[in-house]
Amino acid sequence: MAMTGILRPGHVQLRVMDMEEAVTHYCDNMGLIETDRDDHGRVYLKCWDEQDKFSVVLEPSDRAGMDHMAFKVRTEQDLWRFESNVKNFGIDTKRVAAGELNGCGERIRFTAPSGHTFELYAEKEQVGNGLPTLNPAPWPEDIKGMKAIRFDHCLLYGVDHDENIRLFTEALEFELTEQIVDGDVQVAAFLSCSTKAHDIAFIRSEEPGKLHHASFLLGSWEQVLRAADIISMKDIPLDVGPTRHGLTRGMTIYYFDPSGNRNEVFAEDSYRYPDSPVLTWEASNVGQAIFYHSRQLVDSFMGVTS
Amino acid sequence: MIHTVTITDTNEKYTCRGKQHLLAGMIQLARKGIPVGCRSGGCGVCKVKIISGDYQTKIMSREHVTEPEEEEGVVLACRVFPLSDISLQVVGHLNKAVTRNQMKNS
Repeated sequence: MAMTGILRPGHVQLRVMDMEEAVTHYCDNMGLIETDRDDHGRVYLKCWDEQDKFSVVLEPSDRAGMDHMAFKVRTEQDLWRFESNVKNFGIDTKRVAAGELNGCGERIRFTAPSGHTFELYAEKEQVGNGLPTLNPAPWPEDIKGMKAIRFDHCLLYGVDHDENIRLFTEALEFELTEQIVDGDVQVAAFLSCSTKAHDIAFIRSEEPGKLHHASFLLGSWEQVLRAADIISMKDIPLDVGPTRHGLTRGMTIYYFDPSGNRNEVFAEDSYRYPDSPVLTWEASNVGQAIFYHSRQLVDSFMGVTS
Repeated sequence: MIHTVTITDTNEKYTCRGKQHLLAGMIQLARKGIPVGCRSGGCGVCKVKIISGDYQTKIMSREHVTEPEEEEGVVLACRVFPLSDISLQVVGHLNKAVTRNQMKNS
């Protein structure tokens, strides 16, 4: 078993200003499935091909943005090991009781140097992906909208970039997969805890704790084009795409949820193993790194966060 | 209903039709530099101050518009729906973009 330690992004908790508009967006337009609600007014969602109970938590708030992103670790021993790693790195951690989020085990919570709150947990109730485990069909019927397959990653803008990347690579055992560099300065870092091209990415910024986007996987380029159709049909504010990234090779489209949190749906990006080389993009070629076809940066894409 | 919106900083006018928010009308000026962000009240780039006129708002991020600001007419253009003709001032990001381009144009 090659996969140990941190397995994957387990969930993202997003702040939304109008819950019913947000639920309509994520469920009817993107195809997520509502699995629970709690006394704090939070709504729990999952993509169809996820086994765990939720991968997105919508939190009622007076502002947009990301409350926290959580990673699932393989065992409880991993949880205590990473808690100790983060403490030894010099960052305070807090334990959040099991059940504070419905169906989620005890969580370790900390604020990274970037200004974002992250959590780790080992247990989450599994509800399955709607298909039997004996002779399963390839996909369930009745999935709506874009038919997002899974919550895949977040891209975050934050401060203290180098220290933050050191936390992720040294204490949390992520590996650098791709980067943008401007001379000696790393402008962007794409990090993986798996064989994915990235499980999280950070952009060097002057403002702490900002969300650039929360991203969801689709099955093909054709599905990305179909998502573009839905974005126009449903009057969803489009940001950029459909196009291809140089970074990660993903084919992509970006748009905003009804509170102004940016979403991505994408397909067919690259993969890696621990012995893969790090890919580097020069800042002088940043247009191609980000939008491979147009090579043109887009102001809203570069400058707008929540 | 069609309402006329005046940007007092530059004396430009544009119209908002039906259910268009103030930013949607402004985008149709098709002038470079109008910062179009999330169009959902979350990112704060389209901040304006209403000088006169009646309008309805949808919820907007308190990170970008405080309650006292909103009471003084400081709002995000993408969340404001005019009920009459409107005069507004551009503030923040939008101010730089709109006035900078106006200087270039004149």
